[in-house]
Amino acid sequence: MNAILRTEGLTAFYGDAQALFGIDFALAAGESVAIIGANGAGKSTFMKALTGLIKAPRDQVLFNGEPIGGLPTGEIVRRGIALVPEGRRLFPSLSVEENLLMGAFAKRAGPWTLARLFELFPVLEQRRRDPATALSGGQQQMVAIGRALMSNPTVLLCDELSLGLAPIVILEIYKALPAICAEGMTVVIVEQDVGAAQQMSRRLYCFQEGRVALQGASDVLTREQISQAYFGV
Amino acid sequence: MGDVRVVRSTHVSRVAAGVGCALVLVAAALPLWAPAASASSWMRNVVGIACYFIFAMMWNLLAGYGGMVSIGQQAFYGLGGYVMLMLGNFGGVNPFVAVLLGALAAGLVALPVSFVAFRLQGGYFAVGSWVIAEVFRLGFANLSVVGGGSGTSLTALRGIDKATREHLTYWIALACIVAAVTLVYGFLRSRRGLALLAIRDNEVAAESQGIDVRGVKLAVYVVAAFGTGLAGALYFVGNLRISPDAAFSVNWSAFAIFMVVIGGIGRIEGPIVGALIFFALNKLFSDYGTWYLLGLGLLAIVVTIRFKQGLWGWVEQRWGLSLFPTRRHLAA
Amino acid sequence: MIDTVLQGVLLGGLYALFALGQSLMFGVMRLTNTAQGDFIVLAAFAAIGGIGLLAVGPWLVAALLLPLAFGFGYLLQRTVLNGTLGRDPLPSLVVTFGLSIVIQNLLLEVFSADPRSIETAGLNTQSVALPGGSAVGVLPLLIFAVAMAATAALQWLFGHTGLGRAFRAVSDDREIAELMGLDAKKVYAMATALAFVLIALAGVLQGMRTTVAPSDGPLLLLFAFESVIIGGMGSFWGTWLGALLLGVTQQIGFRLDPGWGIWLGHIAFLAVLVVRPQGLFPKTRG
Repeated sequence: MNAILRTEGLTAFYGDAQALFGIDFALAAGESVAIIGANGAGKSTFMKALTGLIKAPRDQVLFNGEPIGGLPTGEIVRRGIALVPEGRRLFPSLSVEENLLMGAFAKRAGPWTLARLFELFPVLEQRRRDPATALSGGQQQMVAIGRALMSNPTVLLCDELSLGLAPIVILEIYKALPAICAEGMTVVIVEQDVGAAQQMSRRLYCFQEGRVALQGASDVLTREQISQAYFGV
Repeated sequence: MGDVRVVRSTHVSRVAAGVGCALVLVAAALPLWAPAASASSWMRNVVGIACYFIFAMMWNLLAGYGGMVSIGQQAFYGLGGYVMLMLGNFGGVNPFVAVLLGALAAGLVALPVSFVAFRLQGGYFAVGSWVIAEVFRLGFANLSVVGGGSGTSLTALRGIDKATREHLTYWIALACIVAAVTLVYGFLRSRRGLALLAIRDNEVAAESQGIDVRGVKLAVYVVAAFGTGLAGALYFVGNLRISPDAAFSVNWSAFAIFMVVIGGIGRIEGPIVGALIFFALNKLFSDYGTWYLLGLGLLAIVVTIRFKQGLWGWVEQRWGLSLFPTRRHLAA
Repeated sequence: MIDTVLQGVLLGGLYALFALGQSLMFGVMRLTNTAQGDFIVLAAFAAIGGIGLLAVGPWLVAALLLPLAFGFGYLLQRTVLNGTLGRDPLPSLVVTFGLSIVIQNLLLEVFSADPRSIETAGLNTQSVALPGGSAVGVLPLLIFAVAMAATAALQWLFGHTGLGRAFRAVSDDREIAELMGLDAKKVYAMATALAFVLIALAGVLQGMRTTVAPSDGPLLLLFAFESVIIGGMGSFWGTWLGALLLGVTQQIGFRLDPGWGIWLGHIAFLAVLVVRPQGLFPKTRG
């Protein structure tokens, strides 16, 4: 495959403790891929290594063929990778609109503007001047997604969108994903909810203790295969 | 893995403890073996360096272990000095005894002061402590019974001859050094001290383990104030003259910071190394006045940016030494 | 009494200028600049030196000083202070304290300990008559106006510009701000650069209003700090109001007894700290 984003034997450490043990990962342009796994499997660590929040060796992460491992986060973001971080992490001192505008700091050419975002998530337009942290969990997640989209990335990474949200809210969030993908966006979602992950993606990776335990097409992998890989039995 | 014990001392520390005791004994006998002419100036130097060192040691306890960076410890320094002087001049108390009382006064005053000071955190706590010291300074400057802004002299020692006075001051200085080191070392090895290290690492986690964070911090603050008051009282017993500007000068904090930063913060050896280096620099360069101070300032900046653990910390890391171990390690 | 309060308010204007730079630096990067006062004194002496060297008027020198201060602040942050930021407040405190000592002694060497001032061709003695019989100095009035304008400008910058958003974002969450493509090191440097423009303004005006001596720094720091605490953190107008209150308190103290002015200010600061530690006009922010 002609991978837009790939990792080759990616290793990552928190201080002296190793969290990732040689991850091989590939993502084709326009694909939607899911990463599942138990807590502590290394999914979020992987996201952070891709975006430079955790330093990775230079040649282990390749974006459009170019090694980007270890580059400063700002540099990676400017090249077109955006992350919706775990736990949303909106800026409490900024309003909804200002949070979205912050996302546009590293803006590239593309279809996503404030207006487009308000079409996708109308409730945000109503509450644009409110402090971002005054919104409900689901609405905050919309802001976080919108903030990442504002930079018009080529690859959108979503770390645990459903964390802490009620099922009905999760459904709402995921309803927006097809609209995002329709623009040709390449998406990686990290998910605890296996069902949602299978539905939302074409291919699936299962992480287990910092390694890839299973990968394959989402509609082909069986429940059994997945739970084996998930729990390492 | 065979039998493993948890021990605290290292071979080097045991040797150092022995050497330290020997040094103290030799130093105490100095009036006996040193030629009379230089003995006097040596004793005065030791008294001076003792005050700097104890101040630095207490600052290190407060900042390095307690996590409270203060540039206002001179409040307790000056208070110790003034209380000693007032007890000596007006209370008829033997000034050498009053040194201890001055320290106690400082420790007691630290209790209400902490009520105000603990409202602030981090950098603002530091500057706030300075304001408190300024309040003390201005307060004493308006106290005419101790000479107001121009200060006054310690008259209570008038009757004693110079040699005896110098000897007594010298021995008390040595005693104070030993007491301060023992106090800090003992505190850190105690359960309270262990709690302090836990708080330093992660305050929230420590609290969740049932550690009374506020209580431990208050204990550190009071102990540091006591020690600082001791140093101040000692200084002015040696100096015989006190004034608000000398007693409450922020330079004391500056020197302490310098000594600890150079020597390494959060380690007991830090102030010792720092005090020795400071003393040496003082001897060599203090004639250069402003350039000397300028150099000190630059040195502190460079060491902070380059040697984050101070010079002694760098030595420790490089050669794995530990003279005053508070950490427990495994010995096979 | 009205006169005293008025004098106090005008004095507070100057204190606000001392405090705004401090408030800005702390707000954006949690850095306590203990050399704040010394930099103000340095700016004043730089102006004095500039007037002597270039033989031009004080206003021209002041105008030249502002962009110089901007560049100086930017460089200082990038080369020295950025390395001290982090969870531990000690490194930034020691480095700025070291800078304080370096500046004071440098000034002592170059200018000696004598107090100096900036000649303003009599501006500092002119006054404006007010209804009711009292009079108010033109220079203090000018300083007050400058302080108010600076506060308004800073508040506007923070609330309505991209740079202000960047300041607030990086202060909230540095890591996520970098995820937006921000270079935190550059943003911090911009904040310090702006703070130093305010410092330069404060220094020049202080030098015009009264005399400056190399050892004045620490006291100015305390005034700046007290203004910020009394006013409450998180808002520039809060700092401004805190400064005014400090100025008034000091003037009342001076009136009662010349030795009590500054002392009363300290007491007021401690009182606010005990009774209302978040300050009198805080903005709800972490």
